[in-house]
Amino acid sequence: MNLQPILVESLSQATAQVFSTMLGVEIVRGEITTEDGRQEGNDGVVSFIGLAGEWAGTGSLSCSPVLACRICAAMLMCEATAVNEEVLDAVAELTNMIIGSVKTDMETHLGPLGLSIPTVVFGRNFKTKSAGSSEWIVVKFHWEDETLQVKICLTPSGRSSHVMLHPGDGQACALDV
Amino acid sequence: MESDVLVVDDSAAIRKILQRVLRQTGMAIRTIHEAGDGQEALEVMNAHKVDLVLTDINMPKMDGLQFLASVKASAQWRQVPVVMITTEGGETKVGEAVKLGAAGYVRKPFTADQIKEKLAGILESARPL
Repeated sequence: MNLQPILVESLSQATAQVFSTMLGVEIVRGEITTEDGRQEGNDGVVSFIGLAGEWAGTGSLSCSPVLACRICAAMLMCEATAVNEEVLDAVAELTNMIIGSVKTDMETHLGPLGLSIPTVVFGRNFKTKSAGSSEWIVVKFHWEDETLQVKICLTPSGRSSHVMLHPGDGQACALDV
Repeated sequence: MESDVLVVDDSAAIRKILQRVLRQTGMAIRTIHEAGDGQEALEVMNAHKVDLVLTDINMPKMDGLQFLASVKASAQWRQVPVVMITTEGGETKVGEAVKLGAAGYVRKPFTADQIKEKLAGILESARPL
């Protein structure tokens, strides 16, 4: 089964619906690409949530601090000028709702899937790397001048993990996937 | 008669949104209590009168299903309606919640109207005669 078009459609619909319902914003879908699990640099806010079952993988959102604050402000109807606990919590919940919705869609094709508690990282010049060799589907969305990247990988293997590398101290921690 | 509502979710963002949405429904609500997981929710119920619970399923420490089971196993609380607010759209967990005695469920993302519609009859039917 070619999952890619199903995942792209599900991600697109879920993201648009969550933004429309919870933030009152009509987000615009942009470029759709695929990438391998190579190490990549990040700046800003990145969230991860694990999917597990007969298929396993990870969903991820990433955006700039400016967009994270804008998301928080729209979602909670409050002022958000810097990335704080409330902003990270809003991004985590956004991830939970978007990937949770995709999970529900995919269960009709792949059987029952479990969803982990989301993890959110905020920082500059940190690297993330997928330990598996799976392909990620990447869908970009635009909210005015800012871009939100939503990614997902799902493979039939029973195991998947995502490792964060912190430059400088060389330590790595496996996220609960 | 005003009701006391308990909102249970590990996300402070969702608790804040639910507080706002509950106020927008126009329902007669006196107090909205909050808890970050099932364990904390049981502590709140021990300390305060609660007429209605809205709870997430996927939470750390004690998840929504375990919390629901504890509420329904208690002679003191089993009449309190518990509504699941969840991203879980699959039949498995929602079905389990219904079997355990959940009064209903609302899928995230939700609108104020969906919450209002779901809760409309629940509080009335739960009131003592």
